[in-house]
Amino acid sequence: MRQRRLSRFLGPIRESTGVSRWIFWIGVAIVAFFVILAVFAPLLAPYGFDQVSADGVRFPKQGSPDGTHPFGTTVGNYDVLSRVIWGARTAIEVVVLAVVFSLVIGVPLGLFSGYVGGRADRVLVLIMDALFAFPYILLAIVIAFLLSDKLGQGVVTAAIAITAVYVPQYFRVVRNHVISVREEPYVDAARALGAPRRTIVSRYVLQNVIQSVPALATLNAADAILTLAALGFLGYGIQPTDAAEWGYDLQRAIDDAGAGIWWTGLYPGLAIVLLVTGFTLLGEGLNDVINPLIRARSTAKPEIEEQPGGEGEAAILSMDPPRGGEEPRGP
Amino acid sequence: MKESSGSSGLRTYVLTRLGLALPTVLILLTVVFLLMRVAPGDPITAALGARLPAKELEKRKKEAGYDKPILQQYGEYLGQVVTLDLGESVTDNRSVTSILAENGTATLELTLAAFTVTLLVGIPLGLLAGRYRDGPWDVGGRLYGIVIYAFPVFFLGFLFQLLASEVGWPTSGRASPIVEFDLNKVTHFYLIDTLIQGDFNAFWDVLQHLFLPALVLGLTISGVLIRLIRVNLLQTMRGDYVEAARARGVSERRVVVNHAFRNAMVPVVTVAGLQFAILLGGAVLTEETFNWPGIGSELVRYLNQRDYVAVQGIVTVFAIAVVAVSLLIDLINAFIDPRVRYR
Amino acid sequence: MSATGDNRERGGGEPILDVRDLRVWYGTGGDPVRAVDGVSFSIGAGETLGLVGESGCGKSTLGRGVIGLLPDAAAVAGSVRYRGRELAGLPVKEMRELRGPELGLIFQEPMTRLDPLQTIEAHFRETLRTHRPDLDDDEVRRRSLETLAGMGIPRTRFGQYPHEFSGGMRQRIMIALALVLEPKVLIADEPTTALDVIVEAQILGILADLRRNFDTAILLITHNLGIVAEACDRVAVMYAGEIAEEGDAREVFAEPAHPYTRELLRSTISLETTGLNYIPGAPPSLIDPPPACRFHPRCPNAMRVCAERHPIEVRTKAGQRVSCWLHGPEEQIPEGGREPLEREELLEAEEA
Repeated sequence: MRQRRLSRFLGPIRESTGVSRWIFWIGVAIVAFFVILAVFAPLLAPYGFDQVSADGVRFPKQGSPDGTHPFGTTVGNYDVLSRVIWGARTAIEVVVLAVVFSLVIGVPLGLFSGYVGGRADRVLVLIMDALFAFPYILLAIVIAFLLSDKLGQGVVTAAIAITAVYVPQYFRVVRNHVISVREEPYVDAARALGAPRRTIVSRYVLQNVIQSVPALATLNAADAILTLAALGFLGYGIQPTDAAEWGYDLQRAIDDAGAGIWWTGLYPGLAIVLLVTGFTLLGEGLNDVINPLIRARSTAKPEIEEQPGGEGEAAILSMDPPRGGEEPRGP
Repeated sequence: MKESSGSSGLRTYVLTRLGLALPTVLILLTVVFLLMRVAPGDPITAALGARLPAKELEKRKKEAGYDKPILQQYGEYLGQVVTLDLGESVTDNRSVTSILAENGTATLELTLAAFTVTLLVGIPLGLLAGRYRDGPWDVGGRLYGIVIYAFPVFFLGFLFQLLASEVGWPTSGRASPIVEFDLNKVTHFYLIDTLIQGDFNAFWDVLQHLFLPALVLGLTISGVLIRLIRVNLLQTMRGDYVEAARARGVSERRVVVNHAFRNAMVPVVTVAGLQFAILLGGAVLTEETFNWPGIGSELVRYLNQRDYVAVQGIVTVFAIAVVAVSLLIDLINAFIDPRVRYR
Repeated sequence: MSATGDNRERGGGEPILDVRDLRVWYGTGGDPVRAVDGVSFSIGAGETLGLVGESGCGKSTLGRGVIGLLPDAAAVAGSVRYRGRELAGLPVKEMRELRGPELGLIFQEPMTRLDPLQTIEAHFRETLRTHRPDLDDDEVRRRSLETLAGMGIPRTRFGQYPHEFSGGMRQRIMIALALVLEPKVLIADEPTTALDVIVEAQILGILADLRRNFDTAILLITHNLGIVAEACDRVAVMYAGEIAEEGDAREVFAEPAHPYTRELLRSTISLETTGLNYIPGAPPSLIDPPPACRFHPRCPNAMRVCAERHPIEVRTKAGQRVSCWLHGPEEQIPEGGREPLEREELLEAEEA
């Protein structure tokens, strides 16, 4: 059963062709690259994320890239390369947490609201829509700000703040999907046959709805990286002594731009762009693969073979074709 | 006949839509109020606790009404919103109304300019990408859409600032200090105020300052718009009515412009409305990047000072603005799409 | 070709539309879909030809192929002559000028064929302005309202939007949009399938008037044999991208020459129906159709030759064109070819 479900999911990826396939695999490669950076950060990074000196020698302030610091150093004497690599770890951690939190809260809420309907549904929709309409960065800042007193400014705080932004999205997508699936004739038929509600929800509705989740989760992961960076940029993300975070580094780098110091902002910025692009390509690829409506169809005209055809005239010309059920029409 | 049925349909639609907007506003206000009340400590202690003696704090709390039951406070908050008087900031005693007038207009000027950039870039690129599917415009447009979306506003701002510092283009504030000092701020929209003054050098100075922040903010939002328009156009180009128009011998150009484009733009208007919320969020970041004295950077400043009254006031305004824009968008939609009015 | 050649003479003078050996294949990435595979027919002025067949046999593709309204992935070969003018390979612009004033097309699903953002008036204005830029506003209005009135749409509704009309009204508007240009040939692709019976009767009445009053040639594509019996002079029966049989509607119905036609007629329900009849098996794949006669795997009369050689079109005594070995030509059937097709062979052929 598991096997079959997996192949149902992977099948379209194998079958997809051309651009969608490329988009998908480039996305996989980029994301895999950052996951490797994240996992092996202690081995890959030359220094610690909050290290400002090595062998008793303090790093230069805003030092330009050279042999010992290939990406240069920041105004806070940090090594940019190490901060970028450790930043991958922070980003992946926060994104995984945020996506898991959002799924765990958003999907069941959406299922419940969509399937049960009625007054509970209407109230939930109103609240979620109101949250959805709210400028998402503001929501994240305010929540991060409120949590910072209790939980400190760490990975979990950032993840919860981001979760608050994405729950309404999962809720919306899942609920709308449930409502459309609920009215499908085959679900109606199952209900008419007396299938219990739990079976209907888990077998018919969930199975169907769950297909749209991977693409949504991947695209939200891309967005979550941006939200995390935005939080860091505004000073409500992760403290520099807790972990390395690209958005915070960029905020410290903004004043460097006027002085022509490019390396402090360029590298963390590129890391954000690359990872977000990776997640987006992955999500787009999944979307194209799962949603065949958007998938490109072959638009190549076929070659019409000149062959003895419908009106039989040419069949007269080819006398005595081989016998025994073999197709008598030659190309 | 057409006129009467059309406009009465529109009127009913507007009324129902207004009715639906009210609960949304109420929910948002409640969320804002609750969020500000879960915050540790009362507004006075949070903002001034370290600076004033306990007795003085108590007195001020009583004055501001923070010793009253929470429901009463909630009622008073709603009353404030209705009367458009959102109180005074605790730290610097500015009324939220004046924050709005001075900093809110700066944000509005920025977002409107940015939105113009978004539309100018997004609509043509999206239409070209959808029209010439799999052609160079499509591949380029899609690629641009994906990559520009991945750029945080502040990183794009950082890159532009690097460039600007090379050529000496301004990267900070709304105008040069002298221009700003001399400006008679009538509307607080500097572009308009300089024009009222008839000072074209000042106008040019303001325009220069506005250019980079608006460009950066506008570009980052344009990616989503391109993707959206492209997908919609791909769908309408396959539409039955498009084929039917072709079957009547209507020229391909007319078919595309009159039928496919117009229909593709309908859902775009709706999403453009949702984008406004993102634009406002992006404005906060842009303002921080370019030292733009908007309402977003004020919000961050007051948050840092734990001035809950100011924060609550500003967030309330944001919430109302978002609902108002989505209302406006729906009305525009009803105007464009005859089906909406009759639903 | 000989059999179809004298059909033209029989019709009396030059047919207005003459289709020879038309093929339309769709690219799929793999093997092409042979939606229309060597079809010939002709229609004279004021004549109605019914084109029947099961869903997916290539009927709609044929209708669109005639007016050159096919997707990019379609390849076309063969000849389509309109009043003696070859349409195959005609430049896009010239073809477009013919679409509307010469060759009109009515679609199956009226609900989605009108642009939801434009009034009925705008549709008519666009259509007339495209082909008759010389007409002024008043004349455009006058002609549109006149045609609409003929379809029973009151002039007060001219300024309304498509969603304000019912399905039947929208189909009448679509027909009016086609007729306002007074086409010489009208291709009606299942014009009544999506509508209820009363509206269907109205639409068929309109088509009959058209033929009578304007001498319009009509290609009526349908899967409903009842409509053919009621509204058509001649009928062509299509199977798997080919024409199985073609002839005078009354003759074909009274005495079907092709086993497929016979089975199709038997499986329609009428008042006399006592038991339900159906043709076993499903319509074949158009990507890899059965060899030789495409109907032989489902044919109750299949002979050995049917699985070996593609049938040759012959004319029956009653005047039908038919492609079936039952009607010869005898000299082309190899020895023993008239033996019934044995079961194993039948299965084998089905797998092929």
